[in-house]
Amino acid sequence: MAIPAETQFHVLAVDDSLIDRKLIERLLKTSSYQVTAVDSGSKALEFLGIHDEQGTSPSGSSESQEIEVNLIITDYCMPGMTGYDLLRKIKESSSLKDIPVVIMSSENVPSRISRCLEDGAEEFLLKPVRLSDVNRLRPYLLKGKSKEEQQQQQQQQQQQQPNNNKRKATDEGLSSKNTRQRCNGLTVL
Amino acid sequence: MLGLSADRLQADMNRLLTLLFHQGVLDEQFLQLQELQDESSPNFVSEVVNLYFRESDKHLRNLRAILMDRECLDYKKLEIHLNHFMGSSSSIGAKRVRNVCLAFRAASEQNNRVGCLRSLELLEHEYCFLKNNMHELFHIEQQRVMAAGVRYPMLD
Repeated sequence: MAIPAETQFHVLAVDDSLIDRKLIERLLKTSSYQVTAVDSGSKALEFLGIHDEQGTSPSGSSESQEIEVNLIITDYCMPGMTGYDLLRKIKESSSLKDIPVVIMSSENVPSRISRCLEDGAEEFLLKPVRLSDVNRLRPYLLKGKSKEEQQQQQQQQQQQQPNNNKRKATDEGLSSKNTRQRCNGLTVL
Repeated sequence: MLGLSADRLQADMNRLLTLLFHQGVLDEQFLQLQELQDESSPNFVSEVVNLYFRESDKHLRNLRAILMDRECLDYKKLEIHLNHFMGSSSSIGAKRVRNVCLAFRAASEQNNRVGCLRSLELLEHEYCFLKNNMHELFHIEQQRVMAAGVRYPMLD
């Protein structure tokens, strides 16, 4: 995967809590990511260039977003559109479904966690989020980036490439094991 | 001599922090906040903590208002405020405050008004204790910075 040195990863953070937004912003900036933080799912969708009612970008896929987002990290419990609702909307959108989505929650609810992972979330982080959690996100950002480049190549070559978007638990057993550890309340200090 | 004074103040800070950790007032998350503070964000901890106090003052006022409502006790509303308060307390490492919120929420889920009132009193007490200590900590830090001769923008 050749990533140009000048390219910075851009993360979209979604959280209705101002304090948590400040925190996640700082965490991400410390890890040298570019950050945009919004306070709701609907603002996130607006930023990503799609509207609630439609699932697709209004201007067509070739010039989908002027703004490139490599990862979306969202709180689960938000008024109106929850993080889960946002996840669903993103995965249902043809232009956005390949952007990796990570969910954060202060509540350790196993059924909630598995539902999010099954519906396409890459990772489920328990709050408060730490630097070690953010460090774990790098592979998803790289994956998102290479998928983006793959898509661009596809458009250029106009070829059909098999695109396996489903993240199988077995393929990335290590990540899901880490998530399980967090779920069991074993906090790594 | 300035250097000595700064060192002594640093020792005072460390002692206070150790005490707060030992008492369970703060947990590792507070350390995480400190880790995130650097030259590019030199006032990060005090910014976040002051923001927390501004929001939490409001939460406490709301919680008290809801509980004191003679007409009707809106437990759902109580829980909404509690969840916010609990979340932000956890985010800054305010362990004891967070734990009282937890107990408070349990009482609310059982529609236990007396239990809620007790929790509110305890919460106000813990919150006050935390606030006083945080202000003390920031005060020592400001003095240390001045003693060390470093120029930082003064806040609050």
